[in-house]
Amino acid sequence: MDMSEEVLQEATPGLLPGSGTARAAKPTRLSPSFISWLQAGPMMLVFLAFFLIPLVFVVIVSFWDYNEYQLLPAFSGRGYTDTFEGCIAQLPDLCTIGKTYVMTLKLCFMVWAITLFLGFWVAYFLAFHVKSKTWQMGLSLLCTIPFWTSNVIRMIAWIPLLGRNGLVNSGLMKTGLINHPLEWLLFSEFSVVLALVHLFTFFMVVPIFNSMVRIDKSLIEAAYDAGATGFQTLVNVIIPLAKPGIVIGSIFVITIVMGDFITIGVMGGQQIAAAGKIIETRVNALQFPAAAANAVILLAITFLIITMMSRIVDIKKEL
Amino acid sequence: MSETTRTTGVSRRTLLKGTAGLAGLAAGSGAITGFPYVKSADAKVLRYLGTAVNEGDDISKQCLKDTGIKIEYITATTDDVTKRVMTQPNSFDVLDTEYFSLKKLVPSGNILALDAKKIKEFDNITPVFTKGETPGGKKIGGQGTAPWKVLYLEGKDSKKFATSATEFVTLIPTVYNADTLGIRPDLIKRPISSWSELLNPEFKGKASILNIPSIGIMDAAMVVEASGKYKYADKGNMTKEEIDLTMKVMTEAKKAGQFRAFWKDFNESVNLMASGETVIQSMWSPAVTKVRSMGIPCTFQPLKEGYRSWASGFCVSKGVSGAKLDWAYEFVNWFLSGYAGAYLNRQGYYSAVLSTAKAHMEPYEWAYWMEGKPAEKDIKAPDGSLLEKAGAVRDGGSYEDRMGAVACWNAVMDENDYMVRKWNEFIAA
Repeated sequence: MDMSEEVLQEATPGLLPGSGTARAAKPTRLSPSFISWLQAGPMMLVFLAFFLIPLVFVVIVSFWDYNEYQLLPAFSGRGYTDTFEGCIAQLPDLCTIGKTYVMTLKLCFMVWAITLFLGFWVAYFLAFHVKSKTWQMGLSLLCTIPFWTSNVIRMIAWIPLLGRNGLVNSGLMKTGLINHPLEWLLFSEFSVVLALVHLFTFFMVVPIFNSMVRIDKSLIEAAYDAGATGFQTLVNVIIPLAKPGIVIGSIFVITIVMGDFITIGVMGGQQIAAAGKIIETRVNALQFPAAAANAVILLAITFLIITMMSRIVDIKKEL
Repeated sequence: MSETTRTTGVSRRTLLKGTAGLAGLAAGSGAITGFPYVKSADAKVLRYLGTAVNEGDDISKQCLKDTGIKIEYITATTDDVTKRVMTQPNSFDVLDTEYFSLKKLVPSGNILALDAKKIKEFDNITPVFTKGETPGGKKIGGQGTAPWKVLYLEGKDSKKFATSATEFVTLIPTVYNADTLGIRPDLIKRPISSWSELLNPEFKGKASILNIPSIGIMDAAMVVEASGKYKYADKGNMTKEEIDLTMKVMTEAKKAGQFRAFWKDFNESVNLMASGETVIQSMWSPAVTKVRSMGIPCTFQPLKEGYRSWASGFCVSKGVSGAKLDWAYEFVNWFLSGYAGAYLNRQGYYSAVLSTAKAHMEPYEWAYWMEGKPAEKDIKAPDGSLLEKAGAVRDGGSYEDRMGAVACWNAVMDENDYMVRKWNEFIAA
């Protein structure tokens, strides 16, 4: 939301001064500012209709009251007060929402760190070691394999692999490395992070790869000529220039993981708290205002993280 | 031609004449040969919203053959069915849902009660629904949202449940069952006879319950009561203190690592059990059968504290009237006339009208599924696949034994909002 608005503002003011003279010269011609509005218009309308307006409704509904079977359109902070129930009374222990967000952020951080590490090196390999365009394309397509099956199938497929009697456990037991099957392989934080990394590394690879292929090769040569080691080139040339890709990839991964409840639910055996799961439980119980309040809180926290990240790198400037 | 049927004010006779004429014309012109055109002009379509339990392809095919009504299934989970009734009441005609959701659905005014007088077999519906007892006279436990508490409305458009029989029926019963714990006898290797075993540390990391808060907490309540920690006035309608107590027991078990995973979907429960991830969990009868048909031993274990039961039935959307309402009655009457009942019985569920279902089953099938007798021949599923070899006996025995031992029914509590919050706390613990 923030980004496209700024892009719009940036596009229009520059053109405004010129618009007067254009009109004077040829009265029938559309003004450039009108044209740029026209160009941005369709996206803006889609954005308005399918994002901003629904979002406004979510915020409004989050302040409504409800009973077992309907929404009561009267102002009520119940959705929020219920959500933060016990947050002061239970101190120093964390309340439900506190514990839930600690868990969500923890998972989010782990997934982010791992996908960033993997994604960076996969992108590095694709950009600098694979010379042919065809191979680059083919190998990036390979990264989409996890998306070829449905979510449910993917989840079910993990059981024969990581389960108590699964491939990994029986393999380890046969080699004599362990005597008892490892229980933490499945329905644990480990399996949640594994499944999320498996899915979302791709979202890291693409933008980082995109940034890396646009790095002028002569810069790397120059660094080499100036006597920089490989590591110095990486830290001082490649990483700074790949930053926009890193930030965009991070935004993808963080926003998806913050709101995820399906993967966390299935891989965590439905026993791991997630911000998205609270919303799901509330919606399933037809408690829409409470769900909306939780959605607003989740949005605010995610927005905060994204804002902090865009402080570190000015994406607009780098693109 | 289908447009003619939509015109109002055209009498059936003129319509038929018109269609016959048109059909004649078409036949005369040699353009169309042999299509049953008169029938397609009368296309009767009902949109059927429900969970997958009753929605067999065989049922809709047979229904089309017998009545000419085309059923379009809209399949959703129990929660989503309720959500859809609340938010899009015009997106379906016939609703197949569980009795416990009536506490939400009836006050919303989005569903229409059916008229008992227009249901041919209404008087033959099993007394489980009407009186709360088995045909043999055994009294059934009534904790929770027992169907007979919410079966009748005071008037046609009333939002109040009647305490005695009226002609306005909230849901015409279709299917129900008595649920208990499924176990892996080969891995447990000793007899299980009580709900309290679910939280027995012996099965640490190998137990599971349903991930639907309102049902999960009732399973938990069965455990709490079985272990002698507390006796509820009504497990299906707890006070806040009772909810706290129940969730505390559950939270302790969760923290100690008792549960492997919670399941929400039929296939998930089958997978957990078949793979040996769990050895004891709350389960549905056909899921146990499915595990067994994979060659893995699994028992739908009868327990001394009794079963947790559920039931569903038909009503229509408030938007249904006129000819469509007539078709809905025709469909419901057909559903109770035996074919569908036999189909459900053969899956391990129970049908609402026993006499008609019996007429559509082989005597040996009836003896196995309903009378708890050893199977004379191999027992097959509706699709023809082998379920049990000759000689097998149904877990829990006969209809009388199983339904007669029901202790409570799936429910929505008065303190539902509080309970959902506590459930989220339990997951976060």
